[in-house]
Amino acid sequence: MTILEFSLLVWGSSLIAGLVGALTGLGGGVVLVPLLSLFFKVDIRYAIGASLVSVIATSSGAAAAYVKEGFSNIRIGMFLEIATTLGALLGAHLTTRVSTHAIAIVFGTVLLFSAYFSRKPRTHAERNVPPDRLGTRLHLNGWFPDVDGPRSYNVQNVPTGWGLMFGAGALSGLLGIGSGAMKVLAMDQAMKIPFKVSTTTSNFMIGVTAAASAGVYLSRGYIDPALAMPVMLGVLAGSMLGARILVKLHTKWLRLGFSLVIVILAIEMLYNGFSGRI
Amino acid sequence: MQGERSWTDQRIENVLGNLLRGGVLLSALVVLIGATIYLIRHGHSPVDYRAFHGEPEDLRTIRGIARDAFQLRGQGIIQLGLLLLIATPVARVAFSIFGFAEERDGMYVVFTLIVFSVLLYSLLGTG
Repeated sequence: MTILEFSLLVWGSSLIAGLVGALTGLGGGVVLVPLLSLFFKVDIRYAIGASLVSVIATSSGAAAAYVKEGFSNIRIGMFLEIATTLGALLGAHLTTRVSTHAIAIVFGTVLLFSAYFSRKPRTHAERNVPPDRLGTRLHLNGWFPDVDGPRSYNVQNVPTGWGLMFGAGALSGLLGIGSGAMKVLAMDQAMKIPFKVSTTTSNFMIGVTAAASAGVYLSRGYIDPALAMPVMLGVLAGSMLGARILVKLHTKWLRLGFSLVIVILAIEMLYNGFSGRI
Repeated sequence: MQGERSWTDQRIENVLGNLLRGGVLLSALVVLIGATIYLIRHGHSPVDYRAFHGEPEDLRTIRGIARDAFQLRGQGIIQLGLLLLIATPVARVAFSIFGFAEERDGMYVVFTLIVFSVLLYSLLGTG
């Protein structure tokens, strides 16, 4: 295969990954590394570097829209970014030390979890949790524009949420993914932040988290420009396209299909990791 | 009032939104220019990513990337675009420091400075 053919194929696949990722809300990054390492036979370290770069592109692009709508809470984001960036540094340093087999096995496990959480029904029930002392002291409570006017919310279990965020950052740095699902879990489930605020704030944080590990990746030579180029341009185009057609489409079957793909990729990653092929 | 967003909060968020969008579009444009040069020059060579060699020294450091891009090398320009992309969230954190300072929120100025130093350590400290 020539470089031109390879670049076009990777660009096309990344575009589809970005498109489906945006349509299902699961993010395209999670399928990129398995796609590149299993089908394009790219060394997993190059795949992780390219995926991480595309994660920054999509999250910053999407965050631009959400920030203006006033859903994301920049204080919650900034406070928790202390945890995610420190975790990301740890994760990126781990990547340079552990074997590629171990990375593949952790990746497969994370894929299985994200497929499981994508099938879990979401609770949109109105929660009226009382203000928490730490949450109040840190000015984390806020409001967001709801259908019938602004609605305020309180933030709870700050230490638990912070700890989960550190873990999410470490996974992001280790695997080159956004780990948006775990960030949402920390905010929505642990800290009792409204779902819409959790998802948009998570998106806002993903770029900063990824930037923390990108520096380590770059200096260790994990970011190959010729590979990252089609991946980044493809995912960005796909996710921008996805954001445009989002409203016109029934995403239920797409979500189910995408979850199945994730499970298959997870099994492949686990198999290749355990058998030492990756 | 606790929990209320002030007018400055809204203004900060607007600037942040534009900053993020602008940074992403600019970096995508630079990557595209680099890609064109790279594919015209090397498009017909065979491809090999099976083995990990790590990138050469000049594509690992900010100085090396700048030098390569200045010599109009395709890979150097792409890497410069990716560097701009990585710098976009860093710039948004840097801007937030001023935003919180303008709101006289000392606690969040400190929090943001911590995040900013972690990012700088990653980008400059390891290189």
